[in-house]
Amino acid sequence: MTNNQSYGGADHIEALLALADDHLILGHRLSEWCGHAPMLEEDLSLPNMALDLLGQARNLFAHVANLENCGKSEDDLAYLRSDREYKNCLMVERPNGDFAHTMLRQLYFAAFMQPYWQAMEDSTDDTLRALAGKAEKEMSYHIRHAGEWVVRLGDGTEESAHRMVNAVVALHPYTDELFEISAPLQNCIEHGLLPDPTPIRAPWQAMIEDIFSQAYLTIPDVPFPQEGGRHGRHTEDFGHLLSELQYMQRAYPGMAW
Amino acid sequence: MSVAAKQDLSTARAWAAASAVVDPEVPCVTIADLGILRSVELQGDTAIAHVTPTYSGCPAVLAIELAVEAALLEAGFNPRVERVLSPPWTTDWITEEGQSKLKAYGIAPPVKASGSKRALFDDTVIACPRCESHNTQKVSEFGSTACKAQYRCCDCSEPFDYFKCI
Ligand SMILES: [Zn+2]
Repeated sequence: MTNNQSYGGADHIEALLALADDHLILGHRLSEWCGHAPMLEEDLSLPNMALDLLGQARNLFAHVANLENCGKSEDDLAYLRSDREYKNCLMVERPNGDFAHTMLRQLYFAAFMQPYWQAMEDSTDDTLRALAGKAEKEMSYHIRHAGEWVVRLGDGTEESAHRMVNAVVALHPYTDELFEISAPLQNCIEHGLLPDPTPIRAPWQAMIEDIFSQAYLTIPDVPFPQEGGRHGRHTEDFGHLLSELQYMQRAYPGMAW
Repeated sequence: MSVAAKQDLSTARAWAAASAVVDPEVPCVTIADLGILRSVELQGDTAIAHVTPTYSGCPAVLAIELAVEAALLEAGFNPRVERVLSPPWTTDWITEEGQSKLKAYGIAPPVKASGSKRALFDDTVIACPRCESHNTQKVSEFGSTACKAQYRCCDCSEPFDYFKCI
């Protein structure tokens, strides 16, 4: 059981943390919109989506904390690691930018996670299987909501279309990393703990192309995909994000609501 | 009375206490109406309530669990609440009584069985809970709580919440 490559081993913990970090960091970014959204309905939508992501992150952190080799609490994992210990993909830590950037990032992420959670319903990890059934349905709402906005903005005014194109150019280079298979993930795939993201790539691309065609957008060529997050190498903005995310636990160690 | 019959009676009493707890965000329905309370079983004088959260990040979960504990304690049991994640909660578990309570409260109950494959931009027609009109419009997929979407009725002009399918 304490084998490095099987259930509860170091690789299992590492791969689950990467997944939890994606959800925590994107949830945090979305929550920054609270009170700043362009309209009241969106001021409700964005924190609602943030809540879904934070709930999924929390469930994953709780799962990791319960694994016998972890030795850390849910709060330690979420709030008290240093920047290099977070293994989220870079896209989720990118600053919100304008509304077009935020919605496109949400679409890219949700269109990946929805089928990925669905694939987790066949995991050999019982807890993950239980979490996946709910998360998969939640993500389909995110796809729909973000997809509708991408179409509305891309097929909108000259200004909104321009902003949408800028968002695609800025964010598309970060999409490759969603499909990256780190060494811990590879081991988890071999043990049936986590799904292989590779088979999701073609349907993901097809969904994005379908939405882009309605939004008059095209997928750009990306000569240099951005990556490094899965190895703890983050962008400059990440430090600023963490200083806000971790402030309470750093300033008042052990505080609880 | 036989021991078994007493046990049944106590289990029923524990269920009655736990199932009377209302959802803090939608107080017109109880957690039994919503299907969140899965079961209550007795082990000695400990009553174990099984609760399934609606959404991964539902902020009401903790409040509901504490309220169930308090209700069981008041009914004379040693309370324990266990969170059950699988199978995941679906709006199909809302009872018929729950559905009519939602409607009477002004919240349109979920209309179609969950799990059906939703296409992008698929729009289901939701009847206005006040005037029954089908001439309604979706304002936003997300509402005041995770479980609701916002709609507006084009006939009676009232805005209303829709308890969305999941
Ligand atoms: Zn009406």
